[in-house]
Amino acid sequence: MNKILLVARREFLSRVQKKTFLLTTILLPLLIFVFYALIIYFSVKTGDNLHIAVADEANILEGRIHSKEYMNFELVKNQTPESLEVALQQKKYDGYVYIPATYSLMSKDSLQLKSNKAIGIMTREKIQKSFNDILEEKRLLSLHISKAQLDSIQNNTNRIKFATVNGKTDDDNKAGISYAVGYISGFLIYIILFIYGSMVMRGVMEEKVSRIAEVIISSVKPFQLMMGKITGIGAVGLVQFIIWIVLVFGLQLLLPLIFPDLLQQMHGQPVQPAGVQAAQAIHDSGGMNEFMKSFSQINFTLIIGCFIFYFLGGYLLYSSLFAAVGSAVNEDPQDAQSLMLPITMPIIFAIVIMTKAVNEPNSSLAVFGSLFPLTSPIVMMARIAHGIPDGVSLWELLLSMALLIIGFIGTTWIAAKIYRTGILMYGKKITWKEMWKWAVRKS
Amino acid sequence: MNNILELHHLKKYYATQKAVDDISFDIKKGSIFGLLGPNGAGKTTLLRMITGIFFPDSGDVIFDGVKFDPVNDAVKIGYMPEERGLYKKMKIGEQVLYLAQLKGLSRGEAMEKIKVWFKRLEMETWWNKKVEDLSKGMSQKLQFVTTVLHEPKLIILDEPFSGLDPVNANLIKDEIYGLAQRGSTVIFSTHRMEQVEEICDHIVLVNLGKKILDGTVYDVKQQFKENKFSVKLKEIPANTHHEAFELLDQKANALTVKIKDGFRSNDLLQFFLQQNITIEAFNEILPSLNDIFIQLVEGTTSVSRKFQPID
Repeated sequence: MNKILLVARREFLSRVQKKTFLLTTILLPLLIFVFYALIIYFSVKTGDNLHIAVADEANILEGRIHSKEYMNFELVKNQTPESLEVALQQKKYDGYVYIPATYSLMSKDSLQLKSNKAIGIMTREKIQKSFNDILEEKRLLSLHISKAQLDSIQNNTNRIKFATVNGKTDDDNKAGISYAVGYISGFLIYIILFIYGSMVMRGVMEEKVSRIAEVIISSVKPFQLMMGKITGIGAVGLVQFIIWIVLVFGLQLLLPLIFPDLLQQMHGQPVQPAGVQAAQAIHDSGGMNEFMKSFSQINFTLIIGCFIFYFLGGYLLYSSLFAAVGSAVNEDPQDAQSLMLPITMPIIFAIVIMTKAVNEPNSSLAVFGSLFPLTSPIVMMARIAHGIPDGVSLWELLLSMALLIIGFIGTTWIAAKIYRTGILMYGKKITWKEMWKWAVRKS
Repeated sequence: MNNILELHHLKKYYATQKAVDDISFDIKKGSIFGLLGPNGAGKTTLLRMITGIFFPDSGDVIFDGVKFDPVNDAVKIGYMPEERGLYKKMKIGEQVLYLAQLKGLSRGEAMEKIKVWFKRLEMETWWNKKVEDLSKGMSQKLQFVTTVLHEPKLIILDEPFSGLDPVNANLIKDEIYGLAQRGSTVIFSTHRMEQVEEICDHIVLVNLGKKILDGTVYDVKQQFKENKFSVKLKEIPANTHHEAFELLDQKANALTVKIKDGFRSNDLLQFFLQQNITIEAFNEILPSLNDIFIQLVEGTTSVSRKFQPID
């Protein structure tokens, strides 16, 4: 036991003290953060600041079109398309909209914004929205329907709601969040299995190629060496993940500090004109509250607890298999690719089942996938996100956990037998058939 | 108990090959023991059973008077395998410390011993270097230190001098003598006979998984001697024929003769003395271990190692 810890300590320290560890652990979340911040920045700030002439010969807009910081609308009178064209070419404006006097509100004709340079897609959408909103309201008014009447029709469009036997309402927001949480956590476990599993494999290969394996094996049992390596790298994974999560959340909290006016822009839209936008804002905040309410309905303690369990269980199950493959590989890393295939297949299979299971957590495929130890770490996360007993019943969860524990003991036992033979075997290309023979041979 | 190690009828069979087939021998405490054999003779398998890496199919390993216990006795053994290496990216000091701790030394003990050894072999400046910065000879030296650092009772060295220049080889050789004097027993596995002849007290030769020779270097040579002598004379007599010997070679006034069965070297000397010829030198030609080795092993087809599952 003590020796396993000694090996684990070396494996842990030798990885954590590497510069690449610091770089990936700290720089990766920073990069994600910067990327994220840039996306938000560019999606909010278009920076075009267009100057657009609006020739409203039909008098439809009636001063309801307003300049915003990203574009400047100027209402012009008594212009013809030709004169506007000339003005455009003289660069007096960046673009113009000509609304002919004959323009009818009810016509299906579109207006046209003519500009001398291409307009960014975000700006286009904003311009479209400003025009659409005004025109829509005018049309309603011309049909003698007030905006308030329209809102009362449009509000609460969900006339049917969903509930499950356990009495809790099961609204769409919650289903959506469950979907996202299940998908993300399943995917994270998938990535963990690959990153740290192959880290174990490379570690074993390094020991074999550098010929230190036999030196170590003369003072430590092969099983201790393998378990020490798995434990040490598992600890690296845990630490790395915790740092990532802390950094990502921490940086996200910084976001409003860096862009103070960002959130305002994201949610509030420009605050005027009062009537329409205020109603919109209230609707929004109601949505936000509802979102938060659904968010709080999700049992995060359960999810995080299960995440850690399935992270560790899945890692232990697969890393010993990766170690077995690493022990069988000779100098040529290409061999590793082909030997890895039987291990990577169930992982990929699991991710396929997971994408089905987030939608239908109780389908028979999802149930099978969440019980079978080779796929359960990924698939169960998709089901658990829907909660107990909506997504998965308690006995299924417990059975799945028990099977996973049995599974990892089983794979470790098999892998250890392959490992101790493979680690001392040089110069021969080893096939799965031989590895299987070592695994089933009595010791 | 005078023997550090006794092997009783050790057997290890692979699917198509008897790697070790009923081998028994004893090794005395404090001796330097040579385990010889051609490639693929089963030396490595035998050593792996002695170090507890493999379990024998049958037979016993008695270590220091009691049955060998791979878990607890591993710390009393220092094994430098033929396929050896170190972590390339790890700092040398940390690496030696780690390997010593795996052998059961506490951190403090290990540090002390490392300092002594590093000083003795002039390696003090290596502490923060990495193995990949060392030359092959330097890393061999380091490997030797890691093998003997925990002062094991039994030190097993598989081809310890490969890759060492003569200066470093002598340095290691002196250390091996020193260790033996301080009570450690050294098993020395090699197919370099001149080193064995120089260093070892006792040898065992294995071939095709079987022991074919066992004894002290002196005894073995006596066993395989062919009664050849070289005689250096002041002048060559007219008659060099006598019933007691057969003339094999003559170079200037040095003769190589083989004394026939039933006669002694005295008969030869008498023959020359009677002719009043001055004998300048007279000595027996013993076969080198190399000759014995080749004589015993040649013609057997063991050189190709068959790769079979081992456990």
